[in-house]
Amino acid sequence: MTGAGLLAGASPSVQALAVIGIVLLEAIALYVGYGAVEKTVGPAVLDRLANGR
Amino acid sequence: MIGSLATTELLGLGPEIFGLFVAFGFMVGVFFGFFGMGGSFLVTPALLILGYPAPVAIGSSMAFVFGTAAIATMKHHDAGQVDYKLGALMFVGITVGIELGSRLVFGLEVLGIANVVVGVAYVLLLAAIGVLFTRSALDTEDDDTDADGDENDGVDDGSGDVDDESADDEVPAIARKIQSYEIPPMMTLADGSRASLWTISGVGGGVGLVSGFLGVGGGFVRMPAIYYVIGTSLAAAVGTSLFGGLMSGAVGAFTYGRAGVIDLGIVTALLVGSALGARIGSSATAYVDEEDVTIYFGLMLLVASAAVGIGELSAWLAMPILDRLSFVLLIGSALLVCTMILYHGALAVRRTRGVPGSAQRGE
Repeated sequence: MTGAGLLAGASPSVQALAVIGIVLLEAIALYVGYGAVEKTVGPAVLDRLANGR
Repeated sequence: MIGSLATTELLGLGPEIFGLFVAFGFMVGVFFGFFGMGGSFLVTPALLILGYPAPVAIGSSMAFVFGTAAIATMKHHDAGQVDYKLGALMFVGITVGIELGSRLVFGLEVLGIANVVVGVAYVLLLAAIGVLFTRSALDTEDDDTDADGDENDGVDDGSGDVDDESADDEVPAIARKIQSYEIPPMMTLADGSRASLWTISGVGGGVGLVSGFLGVGGGFVRMPAIYYVIGTSLAAAVGTSLFGGLMSGAVGAFTYGRAGVIDLGIVTALLVGSALGARIGSSATAYVDEEDVTIYFGLMLLVASAAVGIGELSAWLAMPILDRLSFVLLIGSALLVCTMILYHGALAVRRTRGVPGSAQRGE
């Protein structure tokens, strides 16, 4: 899927900005989402690594 | 129904290829988070070897660089390791450099020698930086042998905070020499050191030129350039390089996005993996003594240089087997270095947080 598939008929600049906007939103969502996962399971993973179990 | 499930696509990609890109993105993310570089110089050749047209490979790679740099910058921002002032000062140079680099490519294209020149430049650049990293790592090992035997400088003290003051204060001699030439206007950086605006713009322009010329994010040039030429601490060089990657990725993604060649399926899959990898790689910097893995990274760059060279040979000799060898070398070396980072990270966690009776550092 490309920018043209997202906003057919829009100008190339708008399509490019839409792609950049989507990638940025994905990046923020992944950063926040993985951050929540890290907070939840991070200590348990570190404990398992530390204790070798 | 079953048939339609079997052919379900995620943003235009089949589940298998989507999963492959997620796994590949994870490795790239670990490098990005740990070293502040290592994205597009792996992604672009891999996409080309997988048969994607060059504009799609380069454009998607630039968009991926933008996304993964944004994630890693947020992470390094939280750790206070991004010099935004330095990044902003480099922006104009980066933008002008990318424009000049792309024009140079189009000029060479007219002459019919773009592929050869870019391929050779890629091989030489990766080899040069690989040698720099490998030699630096070997020199550090020699210094450690001569030192008083404390092998654990830079390893955290168990609280999760890095005891890396000595590493951070260590500005390379070549950078100190360049800083000693006070060519006005002099700029004060976030860590209190001073650098000429000409040096900063020169680094930004040079890195932008390489980015535009090779179609890469340029982190593998930008981070060493910030560290060795401008002369910041290593942590600030990594964080600021990521911020620079965000800017050059945005400029590149806009340029290729206007041509409608960015594949959002590829970018999304790579980002899903790299977001996790960047988080782990960035966190690993708090535990792993970078000197332990720098040599592997240097060697990986040398192997990547050979892989790109073999890929070029494959095109010239029309031997697809060389293309496969190139792909295996590229992915295999990346997998090896990624594994080494995770392995050393696990060992460091065990040393610093382990239960009594497990190996204690410095004891």
